[in-house]
Amino acid sequence: MRVELEGVHARHPAAVATAAAALRGITLSAQPGEALAVVGPSGAGKTTLLQLLACALPPQRGELRVDGQQPWALSRRVLQRLRGQLCLVPQVPPLPPRQRVVTSVLAGRLPAMSLAQSIASLFYPADIPAAHEALARLDLADKLFERVDRLSGGERQRVALARALVSPARLWLLDEPISALDPTRAQQALQVTLDEARKHGATVVASLHQVELALQHFPRIVGLREGVLAFDLPRAELTPARLARLYAQHEHELQGSETAAEPAAAPPAPAPAVMHCR
Amino acid sequence: MDAALPHPALRDPAWRGRVVLMLTVAVLLWPLFVATEFKPWTLLAPESLRVSAGFLASFFPPAHGGDFLLLVARETWRTVAIATAGIVLALFVAVPMALLVTRTLSVSALSGRMARGPFWLRQGVRWLLVLLRSVPELVWALVFVRVVGLGATPGVLAIALTYGGMLGKVYAEILESGEAAPTTALLRNGSSRLQAFCYGLLPQNAAELTSYTVYRWECAIRSSVVLGFVGAGGLGQQMDNSVKMFAGGEVATMLIVFIALVALADRVSAGLRRALA
Amino acid sequence: MRARDAANQTYRLPPRIFDARCRACWYALGIVVLIVASFWSLDLQWAQFLSLQALASMARFVAEFFPPETSAPFLAKVGQGMVETFAMSLLGTLLAAVLGIVLALPASRMHEGDPARLRGAARLLLNALRAIPELVWAALLLVAAGLGPFAGTLALALHTSGVLGRLFAEAIENAPREPAAALRVQGIDAPRVFLYATLPQVLPQLMSYTLYRWENNIRAATILGVVGAGGLGQLLAFHMGLFQMNKTATVLAAMLLLVALVDAASFGLRRWMTR
Repeated sequence: MRVELEGVHARHPAAVATAAAALRGITLSAQPGEALAVVGPSGAGKTTLLQLLACALPPQRGELRVDGQQPWALSRRVLQRLRGQLCLVPQVPPLPPRQRVVTSVLAGRLPAMSLAQSIASLFYPADIPAAHEALARLDLADKLFERVDRLSGGERQRVALARALVSPARLWLLDEPISALDPTRAQQALQVTLDEARKHGATVVASLHQVELALQHFPRIVGLREGVLAFDLPRAELTPARLARLYAQHEHELQGSETAAEPAAAPPAPAPAVMHCR
Repeated sequence: MDAALPHPALRDPAWRGRVVLMLTVAVLLWPLFVATEFKPWTLLAPESLRVSAGFLASFFPPAHGGDFLLLVARETWRTVAIATAGIVLALFVAVPMALLVTRTLSVSALSGRMARGPFWLRQGVRWLLVLLRSVPELVWALVFVRVVGLGATPGVLAIALTYGGMLGKVYAEILESGEAAPTTALLRNGSSRLQAFCYGLLPQNAAELTSYTVYRWECAIRSSVVLGFVGAGGLGQQMDNSVKMFAGGEVATMLIVFIALVALADRVSAGLRRALA
Repeated sequence: MRARDAANQTYRLPPRIFDARCRACWYALGIVVLIVASFWSLDLQWAQFLSLQALASMARFVAEFFPPETSAPFLAKVGQGMVETFAMSLLGTLLAAVLGIVLALPASRMHEGDPARLRGAARLLLNALRAIPELVWAALLLVAAGLGPFAGTLALALHTSGVLGRLFAEAIENAPREPAAALRVQGIDAPRVFLYATLPQVLPQLMSYTLYRWENNIRAATILGVVGAGGLGQLLAFHMGLFQMNKTATVLAAMLLLVALVDAASFGLRRWMTR
């Protein structure tokens, strides 16, 4: 899938009207099958960029084109179909705690399933071998029928990645996909993901904290700083000096391949207290 | 890399359990339908349809004759009065029992374990409260109608007994849940239990106790409408009469008045509870 | 008035009992007026109830309850009534859960930007169903459904669906939104987003509410029969009308037993669900 951004400005959905836009003047394009890594200090707008590409956030200014079309100019139904072609894996694994891993992974297939198949799949998962294979590639095959809340943070992240692997998407947008994995696992997961993407012919845009891994696996690196594109270079042309400039005042993020502390799960909302007469 | 796993490992382990559950539910569901004579198609039988359609049609327009509205207003007041009087009498039941049950006020427990006698007394009163709560107020009302005759008295007494049980239990819980130290200090220094209650427990919990009582008053209004169906007067009795006479318009008016009354009581109760907080 | 550094405390009068400026005083006065007016306007037959004669007749009345009737044919009838009442409460609650979920979906706002056009109307319907007590529903439904437990089941179902629908809608609105948002980004339609993301999260809560209402409904079902909706209530009203107090006592005992059984079953089910 080809994506193109031209002079795009985007703002957080929850931002105040007078606040500065999260992204300003972004011009970027990715060819089908390309893999690019987005790096930059925190607050640079990496998540906003991925949400923009996922058609979850409309651009305020500028043009967004997916496969030559402007998604926000399409009718709702066509836009929904287009969305089925892309897969956004958020930073916090979006998995319902009491759901089983197999159902969570197969939820990635939903855009390709009809309503009847989806409902039947709730009772008996429709494509267990596919889910099994995806999990096996990520070293989680034995957790196929486990409940999500019995897994560790790193395992949950890999389940979220497995969702992308089984989805029919041709554009994979990964937001810090390996932040909770230890270095060996992180390497392996990235390798597997990029291999699978190549097999499916999918375009991958991943935001990463671990810059060395980005340099190792991705042929093209995009640098964001404070909402503005700092550079967009093939990995060979990226000098340590430019990286240092990107992360100025945020050196600690450049140094450690620190596994980002897993964001604490939001406390469950208190059960609504409704007084009854009995 | 793992070798190809045998097929059985890829079968959903939860499937069997789900099938068994669904079959059990289906098997248990059938007798339920039979036991309750659940025949929804009878609602659509032409005879029944004519009667219900006629009844429903008579709801519009709601009766609004001057005499009738005056009657409804009187009966609404009667309903509120029955509820209020019932709650006041319930207090006479609940407060002594709550005081008897509260462990914080136990003198024998001051020196460690509660003595046998007081313990069993407290258990006994607790069971009495449970009994008062468990018997539905409609049953009390039926019994009292036999004894006292039709009118407001059976309703008031039924509410007094049932709500006395409910209030007693919750009062005891509220009193026991607060800090026990001030009260035990008073008891240790020789004050009587009633004094310890008035100077120790009551100031601490007065707001919560009153708040709950106001909330229960609002529930009592609903109860008193229901009790009217067995002859305790008020809006419920009028509704019963109107339904038996198929006077849909009158039923409609009274339903509207009832819903408005409940909403108003809810508002008043919420406002009072907010003022107390 | 600030405390001054004087040798003696400034003399202050104790606060008035009723201060026209204090809102709480007005509330208290209002409550007192309401209570006095209630007692005065009702014609409560104190004498009839509290006189020695009345107490004696009450004692005689209570004595008529014992011994409770335990003949086999009557116990069989009571058993049948228990089954009917149990079935009414269970079926009514199940139907209410289904109807409640159906109404809770339009009545809840699933995410920011959900137009939820039907929310107001659905909430209004749920409130209307909830406001009318089960007994009143039963009295109204007797016209359409005739005497017997069918009307009682429908009455329980309608009232409880209002209660459960409201509870379900609040649970759905309070559920964490990330899983649903992730599926929506993939362009999945709302019903499937609900089934795959929201429902797994709120299902334990929904079942807990349903069990809680079942415990309530068994109590309601026992008395619905008084207006003719079958079960133990109908037996109770029948025998009480004939002044057959020992049979009434058996029916009352059966009612209490049934309530205890359902409470125990509900407790057991809760334990099983949260294992």
